[in-house]
Amino acid sequence: MGTAQLASLSGTMLFIAFLFYLVAVFFFGATIRDKHTTSDEKREKPGIAGNIGIVLTILGFLSQVTYFVTRWMASGHAPISNMFEYSTFFSMTITLGFIIIYLIYKTPVLGVFALPITIIIIGYASMFPSEISPITASLQSYWLPIHVSTVSLGQGLLSISFIAGLIYLVRQINQSVRNKKTTSLEIILFVIMIFLGFSVISLIFKSVGYEATFQHIQDEKQMETTYYMPAIAGPYEGELLSENAMEPWFDIPSWMHGKDAGRKFNTIIWSTLTGAVLYGVIRLFTRKRLGAFLQPFMQKVKPELLDEISYRSIAIGFPVFTLGGLIFASIWAQIAWDRFWGWDPKEVWALITWFFYAAFLHLRLSRGWHGEKSAWLAVVGFAIIMFNLIAVNLLLAGLHSYAS
Amino acid sequence: MNKIKCECGHVNPEGTVLCEACGKPIEGNQHITGNHKKKLLDMRYDGSARRSQTYNRSMIDKIWSFFSSVKVGIWLIVITLVASSIGTIFPQEEYIPEDAPFRDPSIFYEDRYGIFGKIYYQLGFHHLYSSWWYILLIALIGISLVICSLDRVIPLYKALKKQSPKRHKTFVERQRLFSETDHVTEQDKETLVKHLKQQRYKISEKDGHILAEKGRFSRWGPYVNHIGLIIILLAAILRFTPFMYSDASVSIREGETVSIPSTDGQYYIKNKKFTLEEYDEEDERFKASIEKSGNVAKNFQTDVIVYKAKGEAVPGSDPELEKYKEDKIQMNNPLKFDGITLYQRFYDLDEFKDMSFKLYEKDDKDQEAIGTFKVNLEDPKFEYSLPDGYKVKIDDYYPDYYFDEDDQTPQPRSDSTYPKNPAFIFKVYAPGEKEPEVSFAGIGKNIAASKDNQYKLGIVDFSTRDISTLTVRRDYTLPYFIIGAAIFMIGVIQGMYWYHRRVWIHPTEDGLLIAGHTNKNWHGLERDIEKAITDTSINMVEDQQEQE
Repeated sequence: MGTAQLASLSGTMLFIAFLFYLVAVFFFGATIRDKHTTSDEKREKPGIAGNIGIVLTILGFLSQVTYFVTRWMASGHAPISNMFEYSTFFSMTITLGFIIIYLIYKTPVLGVFALPITIIIIGYASMFPSEISPITASLQSYWLPIHVSTVSLGQGLLSISFIAGLIYLVRQINQSVRNKKTTSLEIILFVIMIFLGFSVISLIFKSVGYEATFQHIQDEKQMETTYYMPAIAGPYEGELLSENAMEPWFDIPSWMHGKDAGRKFNTIIWSTLTGAVLYGVIRLFTRKRLGAFLQPFMQKVKPELLDEISYRSIAIGFPVFTLGGLIFASIWAQIAWDRFWGWDPKEVWALITWFFYAAFLHLRLSRGWHGEKSAWLAVVGFAIIMFNLIAVNLLLAGLHSYAS
Repeated sequence: MNKIKCECGHVNPEGTVLCEACGKPIEGNQHITGNHKKKLLDMRYDGSARRSQTYNRSMIDKIWSFFSSVKVGIWLIVITLVASSIGTIFPQEEYIPEDAPFRDPSIFYEDRYGIFGKIYYQLGFHHLYSSWWYILLIALIGISLVICSLDRVIPLYKALKKQSPKRHKTFVERQRLFSETDHVTEQDKETLVKHLKQQRYKISEKDGHILAEKGRFSRWGPYVNHIGLIIILLAAILRFTPFMYSDASVSIREGETVSIPSTDGQYYIKNKKFTLEEYDEEDERFKASIEKSGNVAKNFQTDVIVYKAKGEAVPGSDPELEKYKEDKIQMNNPLKFDGITLYQRFYDLDEFKDMSFKLYEKDDKDQEAIGTFKVNLEDPKFEYSLPDGYKVKIDDYYPDYYFDEDDQTPQPRSDSTYPKNPAFIFKVYAPGEKEPEVSFAGIGKNIAASKDNQYKLGIVDFSTRDISTLTVRRDYTLPYFIIGAAIFMIGVIQGMYWYHRRVWIHPTEDGLLIAGHTNKNWHGLERDIEKAITDTSINMVEDQQEQE
């Protein structure tokens, strides 16, 4: 097979994986309502729907592995060298993390949250340039696949802890009155809706092929930036070059620096708007807080089990993350950049992630930090991971900023 | 020391919460872990006597208690975490972009980030990770690690070593997993023990009381990983000694041979050739991407020869060199020899090496040369004699020329001492003329100082060379970091992937009590017990915490 066919096969396999995950969500969703799934009270059984769900997930995972292998063959280097490739890989390790934890605990409800997050991340990835790109000299090392795949698996497992924690919160928080807790939970769910909004709105504008090019001055240099969504916020003192494109409503303030700051800010606006619309529609139809709407579906799984899954995922994921994110990372940095630790923002945020989960593990030794508090912490941990994945690459420049 | 004798006969050290042998709660010490308020026993560190919980009189006791607290440890971690994140708001000083108009930190932060940048700089956050208070935080974490571990591991080790299979009834009843079965046949009891054995539990017995235990070594995991972390911190201190660690960098022009810094003149290095390769734009695989996002570097490489100086180095004289190694240094592929590692760090392309000029008459259409001369830019001669009595003198040399228009009297200046854009002011002495003509010449520039000039200077030829900058590193601390990291990983895996599980079987008149305890993964222990009681009439344990 030529590289062109391999590359196209690779793309198809990723799409097939996407479809498998999508269908699997519905089967896992069906277990929530299926009354026959719990035969005895003591131990939950996933039932037929759950079994189909996990088989579909595994098939999807295998398709994604095929995507990964064929893309590797086509490009000649491990496909984890840019944002598209890393994000899809991360979605793959979340799925793997989910499969591992599912096989231990057999809880279909995890799939109802884990797979949509996988799907959203694939959607997020597809917004970056997906062409096979050459790999820069600094990434040409066998440590690239070793380091990245281990970090990513670690993060995937830690993400499962977030999912179990989130389900715990949805299930356990008293929704009869509105208070700080219900509001915080709504904010978390709203943020998830923004990510969903990002995928939805990007797909819409991508499918109609919207483009608007601006000319502007940044760091005393003349630049051109192409927007793929209508510009609500244009570049600072930018001039629209494209015809048939919307004039921006306002320019971003001059203190927003960095490459394509305007476009990124504009994307955030669109994602938030779309997320708000999705969230608003759900609230309008259900006439309840989203948390209150979801709560009845989560009753079948025992909260103690969720707490344990959440803790266990961290117990399993923490060593993997340490190995990949700190140890392998240091070894490679020593070889490539002549120092194993250099306080680059991505490195610092890996250390922060590590500190955070170390603190979490120590808190589990104390009384009163199990259950709900622990679930909130799992959510914060995931926020740190996502911050490192998205914000550090897009906002804080450093040696790891291979995003563009 | 006020030893405490338990009713089982075991003598416990002062401060013990649960008898080391039988586990009976020791009266008067229950407040230490808060057991008196609830049903379930606090099983942390098996209720052993910890120094920090026992003595609190002298200053040392107080310091010890402070640092042995996990809560203090967590606070230190959280503070360090927040501090670390502050350092990423704006770039640290070593990451100030190369192309920034002002790279001096005292100007850069304010210029780019305004008032917040100014505050950031003034608070010293631009070198946060080497600030005294950040290092202090890390040191405090180190102290906390040592004291926390010592405070727990010794008494825990003793308690687990002295534990007896025969436990007090209260101890068994107040475990999280517990069940009571009134009538159990001898055969069922044997099946239970057999099943536990099959699951690789170690069985010990005393007076019909049975303890099934596995994975005790996982209890040492946290202490092992803390040892690893301490070794890493000690290695970091070692790095401050110049003997263990040296860091230098050396820039070498193509063709040059220089002494390798920090080797006391023992080694020399020659840059044979520097190569920068990009991807082939016609490569079918990457064509689409290169068109869209641009090309990237495929390879940075310096071909070098390393020489060793022969004999003792004599100051002021060039030593005799002996070829030692010929190799290439690439990104991700450093060169190592005798404890020294050379890394490809930076490069500078096309620095001018020499330039040749010709002198000709202004009105000569063919620009026929009166004479030519070559200027070695590294070390230019000041005077050049040309045929027929012509002479050229260099009046001024600007290696990195630019025209300073901001100055009160606009004038040519040099931005650096490197010949990146060389320009000259020449004085041309024609034979017989007393006063020289003044001419300015550089790349693409050829200006006569006066309209009356009869002669012009033109560039005929030039040659350039690349500069490669290498890092020279001698680091004897690396093995300690590697050992520390390896011990940490072993400890963390030992503690996280294995579990210390114990099941107690406590005979009653006609039946038995079962209790189970684990340090983590209760779900797994429940499954073990469930498997153990299959085919018997023994009741499954209940999770008493769920009922609390």
